[in-house]
Amino acid sequence: MESVGSIILYFVVALSMIVFSVLAVTTRKILRAATYLLFTLFAAAVVYFMLDYEFLGAVQIAVYAGGIVVLFVFSILLTSRPGDNSERLTSRSKALGFVGALGMLGLAGWALVSRCANFASLPAMESLTMSDLGTALMGTGENQYLLPFEAVSVLLLACIIGGVVVARKR
Amino acid sequence: MEFTVIYYLIPALIMFCCGVYGFITRKNMIAMLISLELMLNAVDINFVVFNRYLYPEAMEGMFFTLFAIAIAAAETALAIAIIINIFRSNKTVDVRTLNEMKF
Repeated sequence: MESVGSIILYFVVALSMIVFSVLAVTTRKILRAATYLLFTLFAAAVVYFMLDYEFLGAVQIAVYAGGIVVLFVFSILLTSRPGDNSERLTSRSKALGFVGALGMLGLAGWALVSRCANFASLPAMESLTMSDLGTALMGTGENQYLLPFEAVSVLLLACIIGGVVVARKR
Repeated sequence: MEFTVIYYLIPALIMFCCGVYGFITRKNMIAMLISLELMLNAVDINFVVFNRYLYPEAMEGMFFTLFAIAIAAAETALAIAIIINIFRSNKTVDVRTLNEMKF
């Protein structure tokens, strides 16, 4: 049994996730789409906090809200004028999108509801401390992730160099 | 009322389907990238929810999401560099007009 506060929080988060993600793909002003994406990402971060992964929620806010959305806003301002509307969708592409999205929604929703409608209420978990995370990231043993950590650092370096080379003015 | 797995998976599923709809219908490359981010986030939420509910003593799903966030950031930065480069040479980011390397 959950407390009233967490039930209210859940409904606010779920509704805002659904509403803002629908708005992000249907609005005709692209700067607004980036803003709605920001709210959706915040809702996802709150979901991580609700599931007791505080570090992951903080990373989500820092990387997505602090980094990626800012990148999006800059590139939108560089490539289009702020007042521009995207043109109205043709009924054909709209129908195609609806068929794709609703088909996937129906199929995956049916699979979800029929397979795991009731399973697993929230089990207890001792909250993760920073030292747990640090030993898991910095070791080479079982359930430790030094290799992907280093691979990501090399990937980020390659991405920095690639970004500079691609966007450089010749 | 008790929150089971389905309470978190259904909003994530709707978010993913919004991403699919946006990716099919949008013509602006940045808007397509925004739809892609929606899909990535929905999948991240799924990983975390299954980790938390089925294997609360392990951390695999959480770390997968952590690395997925890092890779998504790298991928977005590179994609935006490419989009700005395309805008510089073509003066537009509309995917219907980008057919110069097609043939």
